[in-house]
Amino acid sequence: MKKLRYMTGVTTLKLDQDSCVGCGNCETVCPHAVFQIENKKAVITDPDGCMECGACQNNCPTLAITVEPGVGCAAYIISGWIYGRENASCGGPNGCC
Amino acid sequence: MEKASSMQNHEKAGYRIMPFVEEFIPTDAGDVPMIRTELTYGDILSNINVRLNIKRDDYKIASGLYAVGRPSKDSPVVVTANYKLSFDHLRKALYGRTAWILILDTLGVNVWCAAGKGTFGTNELKRQIGLTGIEKVVGHRKLILPQLAATGVSAVSLKKQTGFEVIWGPVRTEDLGLFLDNDMNADKKMRQVTFGLIDRLVVIPVEASLALKPAFYILAALFILSGISPDIFSFKIAIDRWPLSFAAVLMGIFAGTVLTPVLLPFVYGNAFAMKGLITGFAAGLPVALFWGSREGAQGMIALMLITVSISSYLAMNFTGTTPFTSPSGVEKEMRIGIPLQVSAVILAIILWIIAAF
Repeated sequence: MKKLRYMTGVTTLKLDQDSCVGCGNCETVCPHAVFQIENKKAVITDPDGCMECGACQNNCPTLAITVEPGVGCAAYIISGWIYGRENASCGGPNGCC
Repeated sequence: MEKASSMQNHEKAGYRIMPFVEEFIPTDAGDVPMIRTELTYGDILSNINVRLNIKRDDYKIASGLYAVGRPSKDSPVVVTANYKLSFDHLRKALYGRTAWILILDTLGVNVWCAAGKGTFGTNELKRQIGLTGIEKVVGHRKLILPQLAATGVSAVSLKKQTGFEVIWGPVRTEDLGLFLDNDMNADKKMRQVTFGLIDRLVVIPVEASLALKPAFYILAALFILSGISPDIFSFKIAIDRWPLSFAAVLMGIFAGTVLTPVLLPFVYGNAFAMKGLITGFAAGLPVALFWGSREGAQGMIALMLITVSISSYLAMNFTGTTPFTSPSGVEKEMRIGIPLQVSAVILAIILWIIAAF
């Protein structure tokens, strides 16, 4: 099967290598193998594979990783444009969830 | 060893014991339901139903502590959401094993979506640890969590707040048995999310059904538009032209919610709106060319624009069901896609009306 890829050069994923202690949490939790540990430091080897799920940021003990996670569907983003980010919704009980 | 409490002792006015409970076993934290690991035909049918968007919003079990087999103080604790589909996948994977299951209240939502929304989070996990008294039940302080819960649970934070260590289990519950047998080790494949054909097919019915309600309003509007004629509005002309526009809409929905997901890796374009444009064009062409020719050139173009704009929008919306699209990417393609789709719709309306004159 062809590998599925999405838009390039858009991710908000950032890694501050100076703060990184090489614990490997990011490598473990990432669902798309975006990180590798090389020479006791994390390296983003596939930035365009990042889907901004936020698992890495959540589990980095030194806050070396930042990313802006969100709901990635058109309907949700549109509701955010209309009602504002805080009031964006997936459609409630009759929508997605 | 104490005799297990009989099911009858646990009947309570106003409550029904879930059919998957085999019996209740006593623990230092109270009686815990021991559950079956074999799914019944009823379970399987309900699991199919939720994939068809039937009663999908009320498919949950109570949060708290459950047991598989007769677990001891040393048995592993596996955590999941209170969405019954998640629960069923888990207990099926634990067939023949002994373990504790800790169920979080995610409002009946699956693990990954709940993690993204924050309901499968550090706070809820901490709350259930406290409520269930799991500390009295097991001697170790380890919890096996689905890897995708990492979006909502901070293992570092949980350890600080509760003393419990998170062990990240595999992405797919089906790999849990192998994971446990391998001494809690996962290989690279177990830690990666894929989106093969079966995965894509399984999510299509819900996505397609969510398009039906807006489609109804679009079709109603098209009926009115179809009747605009030299006689201001004519029911006869509306009834005559509307089926053609209905077909264009239907093809748009088909291309956007079925063709695009099925052919996802093969359709040109990174942006889903682009993929939808292409599948919409392919699906709309037969209708516009062969049936639409009676409406003339303007009518045929209008029909194509209807199909293509609907298909492009629905394909773009499929990004929400897709486990490799980033919100940043979706926003980027929307900034170009939405204006184009809206323009196409406006042009389609104008041309469809003109075609009646």
